[in-house]
Amino acid sequence: MFTPHTPQEIVEMLKVIGVDRIEDLFTSVPEKYRFPKLDIADRLSEMEVLAELNEIASANASTDDFISFLGAGAYDHYIPAAVDMLLQRGEFYTAYTPYQPEVSQGTLQSIFEFQSLMTELTGMDVSNASHYDGATAAAEAVNMAFHIFRGKRKKILVSRAVNPQYRETIRTYMQGQENVQIIGDEEGTDFFDENQTFIEKIDNNTAVVVVQYPDFFGRINDYTKLIESAHEKGALVTFVFNPTALGLLKPPGAFDVDIAVGDGQPLGIPLSYGGPYLGIFTTKEKYIRKLAGRLVGETVDDSGNRAYVLTLTAREQHIRREKSTSNICTNQGLMVLAATIYLSVLGKSGFKQVANLCYQKAHYAADQISRLEGYELAFKETPFFHEFVIKTPKPVNQINLHLQNHWILGGYDLSQDYPELDNHMLIAVTEKISRDDIDEFVMALEEVAHD
Amino acid sequence: MKTPDGLLYAKTDEWIKLDGKEAVLGITDFAQDQLSDVVYVEFMIDVDDQVTKGDAVATVESVKAASDVNFPASGKIIAINEDLIDAPELLNSDPYEGGWMVKMMIDDPSELEELLEAEAYEAYNEEREG
Repeated sequence: MFTPHTPQEIVEMLKVIGVDRIEDLFTSVPEKYRFPKLDIADRLSEMEVLAELNEIASANASTDDFISFLGAGAYDHYIPAAVDMLLQRGEFYTAYTPYQPEVSQGTLQSIFEFQSLMTELTGMDVSNASHYDGATAAAEAVNMAFHIFRGKRKKILVSRAVNPQYRETIRTYMQGQENVQIIGDEEGTDFFDENQTFIEKIDNNTAVVVVQYPDFFGRINDYTKLIESAHEKGALVTFVFNPTALGLLKPPGAFDVDIAVGDGQPLGIPLSYGGPYLGIFTTKEKYIRKLAGRLVGETVDDSGNRAYVLTLTAREQHIRREKSTSNICTNQGLMVLAATIYLSVLGKSGFKQVANLCYQKAHYAADQISRLEGYELAFKETPFFHEFVIKTPKPVNQINLHLQNHWILGGYDLSQDYPELDNHMLIAVTEKISRDDIDEFVMALEEVAHD
Repeated sequence: MKTPDGLLYAKTDEWIKLDGKEAVLGITDFAQDQLSDVVYVEFMIDVDDQVTKGDAVATVESVKAASDVNFPASGKIIAINEDLIDAPELLNSDPYEGGWMVKMMIDDPSELEELLEAEAYEAYNEEREG
């Protein structure tokens, strides 16, 4: 037991403040509340506590026990053992970007390498040291665009095919700004043909257009026309991207988008019941002064050796105060490191291979499922990456309950966010899923249809 | 510290050079010295904007601080010194010539009556420096 003071010390201290007993310190609390009887179990030994907690924990289901087809923003990828091994070195343990370069060269270098990897992955000019997660990075993107126009453009256009949680976070972040309109994702809005009705909503009052790539339904939309139209009206374009998909797809930078953000969780970060994850934020060089978050730069020290420092810090809230773009400079230091190690371990070809496996397996699964009676591939006309929507013969929650008996986690129930998509399941397939897993999933789906 | 004659000075350390209703505006030598090395100038207005006395002309970022430069009078913007975007150090090296910030048409010159002449501004600075 931890005892900070000896009985003798306690007596001495009480004497100094002029009371006889510790209980006397609580006399201002009404007597009947002073020492309540608490309904808690007797004390347990460490061994007993561990056994009890293990028993409680065993009620949880993880992707170690289940085959998972659940995605919708967080993905069950394989994480090489080297990632955790290196990540758990004590030298790297910090949640923050370090201020003191003289004692933090290792951490600063890893963040610099992360930034370099992100710009290579996205084809964008500059990356910051990260945000909390993809949703907050998307909100920071909207906030930055709003500040670039000094609040003069009031309209934020968000596609309904952007992750619903991201849209909610954008609204939360922007609620303090006067007269901001966030539109484009109203219930009933057509999200099946973004490039027509959506483009018409862009006007001279639009600060930024936010679309997802691949979108929330896994679709790879061609945004070329959308980007052209936005730029014609002087509006910025933000892509919310999936980093794994960029192993195969044309990078956001090649589309001339202004801001590209995403969640780095697929890059070597476990699902962990929802976090901590990693917000990736990249943009064009001309917006570097408006960039939220921290930025690590490479320089030389006074002996001419390569060194790393936080740079362009005048943007940040401790100098710019209320005039800074954002008052959040926290980054996800350890998650940044995980993503950096993951990408370094996989290398360029390994990373492409992961993306390719996801793509091929997802397409095999989609093909097999759509052959089943009662199941149909939705959005047939649009190509997809590793996630797709299936129209199901029964409500998705019913199907998922059945799948659990087969140790399978079914897909995401889209009716939660899109009332018109009842009986629509969003299915994700990663490289971890084997052909046998997919065949088992297909069999279980067939079974439940005839249940 | 330079305080050229013929200009008008605000207690918030802007200078203004009047030619009829047309005015050129910048920050004083005293202001740039207090800020130290200026690394970025962000204009808060565009050409043709109608501005009100007290509005922000620009935010000037130095290695030490970020400060707003404010309009000492209302009027319409006719030019912005774009050179400052790529060479913000002009504010340090040449605050009264190359470091001018905006040109504007003043609505009501009487608004400038509270500004100080060079001598009064110098006295004011000495007072502040203690």
